[in-house]
Amino acid sequence: MASSWLPRWFYQLASPRWCYSITGKLIPWFAATGGLLFLVGLIWGLAFAPSDYQQGNSFRIIYLHVPTAILAQSFYMMMAIAGAIGLIWKMKVADMVAKSVAPLGAALAVLALATGAIWGKPTWGSWWVWDARLTSMLVLLFLYLGVMALNSAIESETTAAKSTAVLALVGLVNIPIIKYSVEWWNTLHQPATFKLTEKPAMPAEMWIPLLVMVIALYLLFGLAMMLRLRNEILRRERRAGWVKELLGS
Amino acid sequence: MAFETFADFLNMGGHGLYVWLSYGLGLLTIALCIYLPVIQGRETRRTLRRRIQRESIKS
Repeated sequence: MASSWLPRWFYQLASPRWCYSITGKLIPWFAATGGLLFLVGLIWGLAFAPSDYQQGNSFRIIYLHVPTAILAQSFYMMMAIAGAIGLIWKMKVADMVAKSVAPLGAALAVLALATGAIWGKPTWGSWWVWDARLTSMLVLLFLYLGVMALNSAIESETTAAKSTAVLALVGLVNIPIIKYSVEWWNTLHQPATFKLTEKPAMPAEMWIPLLVMVIALYLLFGLAMMLRLRNEILRRERRAGWVKELLGS
Repeated sequence: MAFETFADFLNMGGHGLYVWLSYGLGLLTIALCIYLPVIQGRETRRTLRRRIQRESIKS
């Protein structure tokens, strides 16, 4: 018998059927609040936030660049943790979460790199430099692509999930490298805007819209993740009685 | 408002190309990340529904 020190919701999460129904209820809320906050953050950041005294208006790319870079990293951690849970507790839903997160994380990494390059051109005079922060972020994208390729290359769903979980866990070492790259190495890249222990160095009218955009993108990509997860649940559980009941009527 | 006129807003102090290119890419990517699973889900449900109907006729 499994140990009972874990909370009840943890076991409920293990049920594909329960996850399918709870995500169905959460999706409209994520869509509504995420969409609204995104609109607010977008208009605020593009039209109302003051321009930077050094960088002028190209600084407004921050409202897309920082949220996508943060999310690309936290989605990677989510993928690795879900993979680990799948390995340890043999939880099918965790494997499905890891699989659903990977392409979204890759898209976020591409977006963070692309907006960074576009921002770099007017600011540093170059689209790309082989700098520690940029290079470690590129490694993150390759890790995502590696995980996706490995997952699709293995026929058996369980073996694929196990192998990708191991790869994702090994790649986790890259996350602190990205985070501290601006401190460990001399770099063109500016230090982090948000730190847990300090107030942001920029004025409130600049960082509040940024925070709004971070929350909005968490909600919108959480929404995308749940949509993918539901498709994956239906596909993998297609022979289960509850799926037949759900779709048969 | 950080801009006097709408033309100023589009121009972004000479950095319009960079700003709008970033946001164009961003909006497109975010929209695709949400829209693609929606159509995939519709497709999956349609296929599964057909299969379930076929099985119920057979039995």
